[in-house]
Amino acid sequence: MAVGPASVARPARGAGRATSRRRLLERESVFSWVMLAPGVLFLLAFVAYPFFYGIFLSLQDRRVASAGTFVGLANFAAQAHDAVFWQVTRNTFVYTIAATLLKMVGGLVMALVINQQFRGRNLARAFLLLPFIVPTVLSTVAWMWILDPTFSVINWTLLHSGIVTQNFSWLGNATLAMVAIIMVNTWRGLPFYGITLLAGLQTISPDLYEAAAIDGASLTQRFWYITLPVLKPVLIIVTMFSVIFTFSDFQLPYILTHGGPANATHLFATYAFDIGMSAGVLGMGAAVALAMLPALAVLIVGLTLYLRRE
Amino acid sequence: MIAGGRGLAGRTLRLYLPLAFFLVAMLFPFYWMAITSIKPNRELYSQRVMPLIVHQPTLKHYIDLFDQTNFLTWTYNTLLVAVVTTVVSLVLGVMIAYPLARMNFPGAAVVAIGVAATYLVPQPLLFIPMADIINRLGLGNTLSAVMLTYPTLLIPFCAWLLMGYFKSVPRELEEAARIDGASRFQAMLRVVLPLCTPGLLSAGIFAFTLAQNEFLYALIFLTKSEVRTVPVGAITELIRGDVFYWGQLMAAALLGSVPVAIIYSFFVDYYVAGLTAGSVKN
Repeated sequence: MAVGPASVARPARGAGRATSRRRLLERESVFSWVMLAPGVLFLLAFVAYPFFYGIFLSLQDRRVASAGTFVGLANFAAQAHDAVFWQVTRNTFVYTIAATLLKMVGGLVMALVINQQFRGRNLARAFLLLPFIVPTVLSTVAWMWILDPTFSVINWTLLHSGIVTQNFSWLGNATLAMVAIIMVNTWRGLPFYGITLLAGLQTISPDLYEAAAIDGASLTQRFWYITLPVLKPVLIIVTMFSVIFTFSDFQLPYILTHGGPANATHLFATYAFDIGMSAGVLGMGAAVALAMLPALAVLIVGLTLYLRRE
Repeated sequence: MIAGGRGLAGRTLRLYLPLAFFLVAMLFPFYWMAITSIKPNRELYSQRVMPLIVHQPTLKHYIDLFDQTNFLTWTYNTLLVAVVTTVVSLVLGVMIAYPLARMNFPGAAVVAIGVAATYLVPQPLLFIPMADIINRLGLGNTLSAVMLTYPTLLIPFCAWLLMGYFKSVPRELEEAARIDGASRFQAMLRVVLPLCTPGLLSAGIFAFTLAQNEFLYALIFLTKSEVRTVPVGAITELIRGDVFYWGQLMAAALLGSVPVAIIYSFFVDYYVAGLTAGSVKN
């Protein structure tokens, strides 16, 4: 049993009156577990249990308001033979990879821009982070109106500046709809990259740049050999976080396109919702959601280990 | 930065232009939200009128929003749920983070990994079984349903963020308090927690923002108008079939963003600190 240095000093003072219960609570392990118990039990009941219950559901033919029957891997087999499922898989990967790259590069540029000295820098930083803090559903509704088939302001601007001659059907065309959800996701997530990378940039001592400049390093060389290596740990953590939550994104595609047109923008989460909630086929929906698990497990285990090593 | 383009021209190219681009790109949707909410319908639904400004502002959409929908109830629900879940998550988050950050005990590593993992497990992996569980508990269409489920998102986050702050307080301070006769619990409450006020603020503000942002559980569990939150109410009642009440939608979106924006504007620095320390859910 680990005993802190402080408890060595204790007996002399409290030996007589301290009750045994109190002394028990002063033991490091007892105190720790008493503190942990409520939160850990709650997380076991409402995260761990639903997780395993989800696996159990995915092995059943189970509909809303009726008892389920065990069907083994039949739900997974059905999905594997469904072209829509593979389309959803492809959509999710396209969405995640494209949005992540855009956010990463855009965020890095944003960080480098704000890292310069100028008046009103803190104010600019506060404003630039707004897309990230405003509830996603509400800002996505604004984007829906910006991308409206008839009254899109983007179309109006493009038409009136003579760049195009016809309205784009942003959310009605399969490719454009994918472009649209990637664009809105980038809009929302880019400041997250920008502000966290900025914090990373601010840890770099100006001396380093000066020394490199004296040694004749060019601007590009300084970026590759000083800026990027220092940013690497922040960049890895931010990117892995962002990938996990872009991969499993629900709100944004659900609001903006509902997975349409013709499943062109369905991601795992929205597709699972349609099957499990809208159609009420819980077992099959759970199976679709679990299809995210292999890719997510790799990311989660990787990031958990990386965070613990830090 | 030194060299690489000199004078005003260089500064314009490296700073002003990209900065202006980012500001316009990031803020335009909010501008659009605001002016749409005060445009009369004849301006909204006309392709002839120049849309970038308001020609004849009106408050009609706001009045309709309050008259014809339960917007005030939704706002009350949203805030109530956000405040309750934030407080609960903060308390439980402290209780998890404190021992993990400052104590040696058997099982610590397992709990720490478990908390990190629950933090990273995204909601879409859990919502279908969760819907069934909430149904069986008979909690459908009650605010308890979301008050019970939101902390699953917030507690791991608070715990994770606070661990960093708790670790930064020197052990000697706590030991000094205990030599003076304080129990472990008192030492935490009177010595360590006050020193971690910035961390508690960051975690609280973030939890509040995340709670306001939540949509999936609210969408599934709250199907009656009186118990809805703002995002769910706006999506389900201001879009009826193919009919979009754009003016009211934008008014609701703008007003729904106000509580978060106010809190944010007061605590930007804590928010940014939390963001960089906890690397938040996206």
